[in-house]
Parts: sequence; C-alpha cells; structure tokens
Amino acid sequence: MDWLTTIAVILDSTIRLSIPLLCAALAGLWSERSGVVDIGLEGKMLVAAFASAVAAFVTGSAWAGLGAGILASVLLSLVHGFAAITWRGNQIVSGVAINMLAAGVTVVLGNAWYGQGGRTPPLEGAARFGDLTLPFARAMREHVPVLGLLYDEVISGHGAPVYLAILAVPITAFVLKRTRFGLRLRAVGENPAAVDTAGISVAGLRYGAVVICGVLCGLGGTYLAVSQSAGFLPQMTAGKGFIALAAVIFANWRPWPALGACQLFGLLDAIAIRLQGVLLPGIGQVPVQAIQALPYLLTVILLAGFIGKAVPPKASGLPYVKER
Amino acid sequence: MSPPAIELIAISKRFGPVQANKDVSLSIAAGSIHGIVGENGAGKSTLMSILYGFYEADSGEIRVAGRPLRIRRPADAITAGIGMVHQHFMLVEPLSVVENVVLGAEGGKLLKGGIARARAELARLSRDYGLAIDPDAIVGDLSVGFQQRVEILKALYRGAEILILDEPTAVLTPSEADQLFALLRSLKAQGKTVILITHKLREIMDVTDTVSVMRRGAMVAHVETARTSPPELAEAMVGRRVLLRVEKTPHPRGAPVLEAAGLSFRDERGCEKLSDVSLTLHAGEIVGIAGVAGNGQSELLEVLAGLLQPSRGLIRLDGEILDAGDRTPANLRELGLMHIPEDRHRMGLVTAFPAAENSILGYHDDPTFGPGPFLSPARIAAHALAGMTAYDVRPADPSLKAAKFSGGNQQKIVLAREIERAPKVLLVGQPTRGVDIGAIEFIHRRLIALRDAGVAILLVSVELEEVMALSDRILAMCGGRITGERAAEATDERDLGLLMAGVNQEAA
Repeated sequence: MDWLTTIAVILDSTIRLSIPLLCAALAGLWSERSGVVDIGLEGKMLVAAFASAVAAFVTGSAWAGLGAGILASVLLSLVHGFAAITWRGNQIVSGVAINMLAAGVTVVLGNAWYGQGGRTPPLEGAARFGDLTLPFARAMREHVPVLGLLYDEVISGHGAPVYLAILAVPITAFVLKRTRFGLRLRAVGENPAAVDTAGISVAGLRYGAVVICGVLCGLGGTYLAVSQSAGFLPQMTAGKGFIALAAVIFANWRPWPALGACQLFGLLDAIAIRLQGVLLPGIGQVPVQAIQALPYLLTVILLAGFIGKAVPPKASGLPYVKER
Repeated sequence: MSPPAIELIAISKRFGPVQANKDVSLSIAAGSIHGIVGENGAGKSTLMSILYGFYEADSGEIRVAGRPLRIRRPADAITAGIGMVHQHFMLVEPLSVVENVVLGAEGGKLLKGGIARARAELARLSRDYGLAIDPDAIVGDLSVGFQQRVEILKALYRGAEILILDEPTAVLTPSEADQLFALLRSLKAQGKTVILITHKLREIMDVTDTVSVMRRGAMVAHVETARTSPPELAEAMVGRRVLLRVEKTPHPRGAPVLEAAGLSFRDERGCEKLSDVSLTLHAGEIVGIAGVAGNGQSELLEVLAGLLQPSRGLIRLDGEILDAGDRTPANLRELGLMHIPEDRHRMGLVTAFPAAENSILGYHDDPTFGPGPFLSPARIAAHALAGMTAYDVRPADPSLKAAKFSGGNQQKIVLAREIERAPKVLLVGQPTRGVDIGAIEFIHRRLIALRDAGVAILLVSVELEEVMALSDRILAMCGGRITGERAAEATDERDLGLLMAGVNQEAA
C-alpha cells in the first residue's frame, strides 16, 4: 500500500499548492469577465499575505488576519479600478505599478517594523489557520479501503481558507450563469455599450467585479502567509499571480475549467517537489528547474493547439468611452 | 386629439467646438412613422442619442406624451417607453437571444423567472408581429437581419411605445428591408410611434407619414411625406440643388484587361468565402458587384488586389497570367492595378498621420519624393497640395491629420492618391460609405470620367442605388458565388434583390 500513500501525499500537496493559484485565477476571471485586465493579482496577493501576517501576529487571530488581508487587497483593487475604470488608464501599466509597489512596500514595512529582513515574526496557535478534520475522516480511514485513506489524507485536514477557496468555484459558476449580476457582468466584458444602452451602469458593474477580485486575492494571500506558512516572507507569492493568469486563459475564462487548470499546475508543482533528488531510471537526477518549468511549457503547448482557441471577453482591457 | 408622442423644444448640444444640434424643435404625432433625414454629421444621431438619454442636451426640453421629462440616462428613456435600435447593434454576441432580451430587465436577482417570462413574451411577440426567432440561438451566429430583429424585440420587451431606428437598412437586402418596413407598418397599426433615421430618400418616401430634414445641426424642414419629393428633400439636406441621377453617356467598351477564372478563397477557419468566381473587366467599363455586406465582395476585392491569396483560380492582367509571386500589392500597382479599399480608416489611411504623408502611402519608393532612402517633406507637401486641390479636399491643408477631415474629404485623399497614378484597372470598395451627398456627386463624376478615359473599374458597394447608377454591367453575389449578371439598363432593384438573396430565377 506504499504507492497509495505516496499518491495520497502528492494529491494532498497538490491541493495545498493549487489554492493560491485558484484564488488568483478566480480573481482574474471575475475581473477580466467584466472587461478589466488585471496583471496585478501577484501584487495584491503579496500585500494581502503581508497584511494578514501582521494582523494575525498583532491580534493573535487568524480570522483577523484574513480580514486584514482581504481589506488590503480590496484597497489595491480599488486603486486599479480607479485608474482603469474611472480614469480609463492603461490597465497593464496600472497592474505593473501595483506589482512593483507591493513588492517594495511589504519588504520595507516588514523590515521597519520587525527588523528581520522583511519577514514577519512566526505565527503560532490561533494566529494560524489550523487543519480542520472533516467528519468521519478517522472512521473512514479505518473502515473503507482506498477511498477512506484518500478522504482522510487529501480531502480532509486543510485549513479553512482551502475550503473557502474551493467553495468559491461553484459560487462563481452559479453567480455568473444564473444571476442578474452575472448576466450583466458577462455582458459588460463583451460589449459595454450594450449594457450602457440597456440602462445599466458600466462603471458600477466593473467596480463590483474588481472588488470581488480583491476579496479573492486577499483570500489567496492570507492562505499563503497564515495557513500554508507561519508568517510572511519577502516575495512569497513567487509568480503565482502570473501562473494564475495562464490558468485563466487555459480555462477559457470559465470557473470549473479554472479549478482543473489550477489543480493541474498544483500537481506539477507537487511532483516537482517530490522528484527533488530522486534518481529516475535511465535519466538520472532530473533538474528541479526542468520540472518547475512544466506548468509554463504546458500552457504554451496546450494553448498552441490542444484545447482550441482561447477567446477572451471582447472588451477585455478596453476602457469604456461613449462614442459620439 | 391626443398630444404628440414626442416633442423636442429648442434642443442644443455642443461637443467642444462642434455645435452638433442647435435649437432643434420637433413634434411627432402618436401612432405615426416619422422620418429624419440629413447628411452624415447633420446631427440626426446626436439628437436621437439625446432623446435616448445617451447624452444630455445643453438646453431645451423634451416632452413625452405631453409631459415634460428629463432624460438623463438610457434607463429614464426606457421607463418613458422609448426604445432604440442603434446603427451598430447593442448586442452581446456570445449570449443567447433571450439573454440579450432580458439584459437590464431581468426582473429579479436570479435569472430563472425572468428568462421564463421572456420566453413566453417572445413567443407572443413572434405571433403578433411575425418576428419568429429561436430564443436559445447565440446572437453572434445569427444573420444581421435576425440580429436586428433581436434589437427590435429587446425594445418591445421593455414596453417601448416609441421606437427609434438609426439607419436600419444599411445592412439589409432589399427584401429584408421590405420585411422591416412591413413590420414598422404593423407596429404603427398597433398604435406605436416609429422614428426612422436614414439617408436613403427612397425609404422615406416608402414608409413614412411625415419627415424632418436636418442640416448642419439645425432642423430645416418638416413636411408631410405625401407632399414632397426626393429632389426636394435632397435639396433641403444639402442646401443646394443636387443631381440625384448620375449623368452617364453610353461608352464603347474596349479589350479585356483583368480576367479572373474560377477564383476560390478559404479563410483561416476553412470557411469558403469565394467559390468559383469568374469575371472579366474591359477597358472603359464599370462592373458593379451587388450584394449584401459579407457575401464575399470584400474577399473578391482583396484577392484581386493581391492582399489575399486565392486557394484556386487564375488571374490574368492584359492577357498575362499572374503567378502568386506577381500578385503582391506593390507589383500589381506597378502593373497599373490600383485599389481603393472598402474601409479607408483601416486600410486606406493612417489617420494619425498628416494628409501629406497619407498622400504617398505605398509610393514611398517614388524618387520624386526624395533621393534614395530619404524623403523630402517639402516635395511631399507640394505633391499632396496638388492632389488635394485637384480633388477639392477641404481644407486643402497637407499638414492636417487625416483623422481631422470629414469622411468625404478623407475618401477624396485616397482617391487622389490612387487615381492620379493613371491606373489601367481600378478596384473600388464602398467609395461613398460615410460620405456626404455633395462629395458623393463629386466621386461619382470622377469614376465616370475615368471610365470614359478607358479605365476598367470594378465597383463594390452595399448601396444598390449606387451600383445601379454607375455600372455598365452588374454582377450579383451571394454566399461567395456570382449569382447572376445583368446589363445595368436591363434590371431593377427587385430583380437584383432576388439575385442577391441567391434565388435562382431560371429555376423559378
């Protein structure tokens, strides 16, 4: 049964590694579906990670950390919204500015406050999200073969942010597909003029989407600092906000495929970690960089023809200006 | 007597230095079809946008059914029972018909109930007005005529009593246009008020009860349609007498110059846009292509101009077969085949460049513009000025950006550039799209003069009247095929309309 345990461990770490991607991908999906391109996902998650770690350390409560992380991320989102929606600025420039600001500000503040090279002090006890054991996990492990083990090892035993993030997938799908807000949001990303002439505020919808984007990035950042790790580390997002953008394209801007794409990238990550130092027959030791490059290679290859054409929302990236 | 459905009193609107509407007053009787005509830029669309709440007037008053009303945003107009069908459809293409119809009038936070109600209502409207449509079809897959139907259904679903249509027939075949007019009449019979904005006088005469004429932002005439005539309306639009008919004398055609045999073209998605098209252009004749936009005319022009490579077929110029390698735009120009593209903004001009630089686009290698790799701004400006004077471009200022000129003047800059190169063959796409009547007259006379000078001209236009007025021979296209050929004097709109719709009359 050793191989089964190995698989379970890899799947478990797949979920852990995919959560930040999933949060950022859903965040990007909301934003882009409304027509606002956001390459500042990375920066927002980083700021959220920092804010949540500080708040959790100060208050001793992981939930206070989540609140602070979401607040910080939403504020940055509103800055992006203000630039992109109200002032019709270039969305790429605004996103890059947010990324650079986040990378600098977190380290400077962290160093000024705690003097540990930008790190925040380690979090303990209630200041971190503890692992939740789902009902019957122990019992199933003992009595149900295979599935019981997988349930206990893979599904159960994660922190609250993991379950919140996964819950966000069906909620996103439902809201987009079956609610008034979702219909209007899908419309505004395709043809804002149609929404405007239907008597609906284009800016209002886009701000709504941008705030949701902020909330999800906040969740992702908080997970990194307060659940996965025990504190903030400089640059701890490590490009996840950008891989998430690839996942959104990969998923053709749809929530369930986005979950799949993030799991796939998480799996590659988990395998990469597992394969460190392992000798493969005939190949020898695989350089870890080669494995780490897999998500990117996969995106390029699959987008080049295997999943067909990725069609972005038509008005994505375009500020709405009434025509004369 | 009931109060007028709409009254506009002294509406003025200014965009920066441009007075788009000045002191415009208008009264439209309930249950009538009212036409508004005017040249491009006369302020028709601005006026309707004000009525629909897209812009707010600087001054003036709007009354709906006798009550003064402030319309600050489209939602106010919708509440007041005003619906609008925009020239560029306000539809969300990836969404279904029913989703487009309920957008903005969903009736609740969840879609389920609203969608169900919309389905029932669509079924009722389909019955009442003969507007059959599949509610679950994706709008982007529908033909333009059906998309327009969705727009009308959208307005009716919101309970519109007053329906504004902005240039609704620009994208329709004559028979689709007739269907639309029949629909407008049945709307009128149900007591709805229709406002029809157009620049086609025939439509005004056909379908309206009363008509208003706008010129340079002001309202210049209100008349009952029965008491006016197209020449009178045209004169009111332009402010001087215009010749609606193009004066053209018969001209003997010369030898074949451009021959195409069995041309086919597939786009990158593998869709066949041209199938087995053959045609011959003789010196000194104008061959017109009649067809609804999107039936392969654009591809035909671009294949002949060397911009697209056909998947099959032969092209001969002066009897010589052109290989794929010869069919580059630059080489074809060398050989005397000039092209005035359909979309001057996208293909004919660099609108951010001054007129002078636009006047030499594609001819940068001409040594008269400067030695070797260098360009001489003075010579280019002189060259541009000569062209602009000869083609009556106003203002004749070579340093002005192309974007600053009106549509007609932009088109004249393109014409001057291509025609003065003494073409043997001239391919012309939509020569008068977005061009005002005065400039249309000028452009038409130039094309006729070129024909008389022995140039072979291929004319593609969605304006059937234009094709009929200028051409010696007319080929109709539908679905990428040539569906018929007629001598210009031996056909009429009905006949061509059937060919454009792909109806085979020999079989019928």
